[in-house]
Amino acid sequence: MIIIGELINTSREGLESAVKGRDKEFIQNLAKKQEDAGADFIDVNCGTLIQEEPEALEWLVKTVQAVVEVPLCIDSPNPEALKRGLEAYEHEENAIINSITAESERYEQILPLLKEYDVSVVALAMDDNGMPKNADDRINVATNLVEDLIADGIAMEDIYVDPIIQPIGTDVKMGPEILNAIDTITNKYEEIHITCGLSNISHGLPKRQLLNQSFLVLAMSRGLDSAILDPLDEKIMSLAIAGDTLLGNDKYCGNYIRAAKSDKLTI
Amino acid sequence: MSKNLVELMADLREDEALDLIKSQIEDGTNPREILEDCKEAMQIIGDRFEAGEYFLPELMLSGEMINDVMEIIKPHLKDEEEDEKLGTIVLGTVKGDIHDIGKDIVAFMLDINGFEVYDIGVDVSVQEFIDKIEEVDPDIVALSGFLTTVFDKMKDTIDAIKSEGLREDVKIMIGGGPIDDQIREYTGADAFGDDAMEAVAIAKKWMGE
Repeated sequence: MIIIGELINTSREGLESAVKGRDKEFIQNLAKKQEDAGADFIDVNCGTLIQEEPEALEWLVKTVQAVVEVPLCIDSPNPEALKRGLEAYEHEENAIINSITAESERYEQILPLLKEYDVSVVALAMDDNGMPKNADDRINVATNLVEDLIADGIAMEDIYVDPIIQPIGTDVKMGPEILNAIDTITNKYEEIHITCGLSNISHGLPKRQLLNQSFLVLAMSRGLDSAILDPLDEKIMSLAIAGDTLLGNDKYCGNYIRAAKSDKLTI
Repeated sequence: MSKNLVELMADLREDEALDLIKSQIEDGTNPREILEDCKEAMQIIGDRFEAGEYFLPELMLSGEMINDVMEIIKPHLKDEEEDEKLGTIVLGTVKGDIHDIGKDIVAFMLDINGFEVYDIGVDVSVQEFIDKIEEVDPDIVALSGFLTTVFDKMKDTIDAIKSEGLREDVKIMIGGGPIDDQIREYTGADAFGDDAMEAVAIAKKWMGE
């Protein structure tokens, strides 16, 4: 599993003031903690700052990359902010841009960035008709988007399809709709990655971690190979490792055993 | 007796509440009184949600319950003389966002507080807002959005209202999860509200109530 650590996001409590106040120590500490917990990418998002976003995103990229060895996931719908972030990005391994969609304006604006910089990209399954409603919508929009990206020269392994998770709290059928979409897209495109903002599934419900954890395992069994989540949740990180092993992605159970021996697994 | 209905509704005991309303109507209770009870119950439900006692699916259930109540009561309201409306409101969730729970509750609360509400749904384009404003000439336009990515769409909508020369004719309020005064300023709205009660208070203030 490719884990994208989600904690540096100004829509989370306390983060907006930390970014506005350029609290370097706070941000770097949060980045380090996620890396230590096993995050493969650190997401940086300051979308709530609107006009100040480009400058703040550049600062976040510089601030975070100075202390972590893992690459970043630069997260914004705003092409100007993404460009500022990418210009500042120095890591050897490619960043992920989060995200492009099939909305015509956004696609036109983000695509040049994918070509100009060596990056992977999260492809959100939404288009000019808005958010997807069911599995079929997700599959159709994602398929069109992936085909367009490939036709425009983007390598399949650089695409992370995000089927868009919506809360089961507002639609109890959302679980199977998303799982079916993941399944179909995985079977259609072997090299592709599938990621998601996992915790949306439990929005508005009590004991959210339990739903997040269960859904991670269910989705992994259908082809999810990445997730944007809180890597400080030890239980969910353990489930990701155990899940990979159970799905046959771990030779001689090496990863699992190593994690157990280094005390990284929580029951 | 009417306290009982408030309690039943606030506790989300829909079937019992609906039965009680039906028998109240048969007994000749003024449907306006029943509506007052609904209003009180919705406030309690909102408070419980705020306090973390109720969760999102329960809020949705309350919305469904209100719809069912209205279906029973509406035919009886028509017999009465229509009250003078406080004002007219066009309400919708902006393009790119399909969140409707908060918007529906705001629509209901404005409705039972005496406003004529045109709820034009979710994922509403700039043009749809303009068309509706031109059609019904509202006093107030209310834009809803829950995602952090919709601020620009709210701004676009308000800019379009300006460029169509309609801005002077309407007051504009915005609301939704992450909305605050910074966003209000950015979008060019006149006010923002954190919940349905605030939406009602702002609308009443604007109409000089």
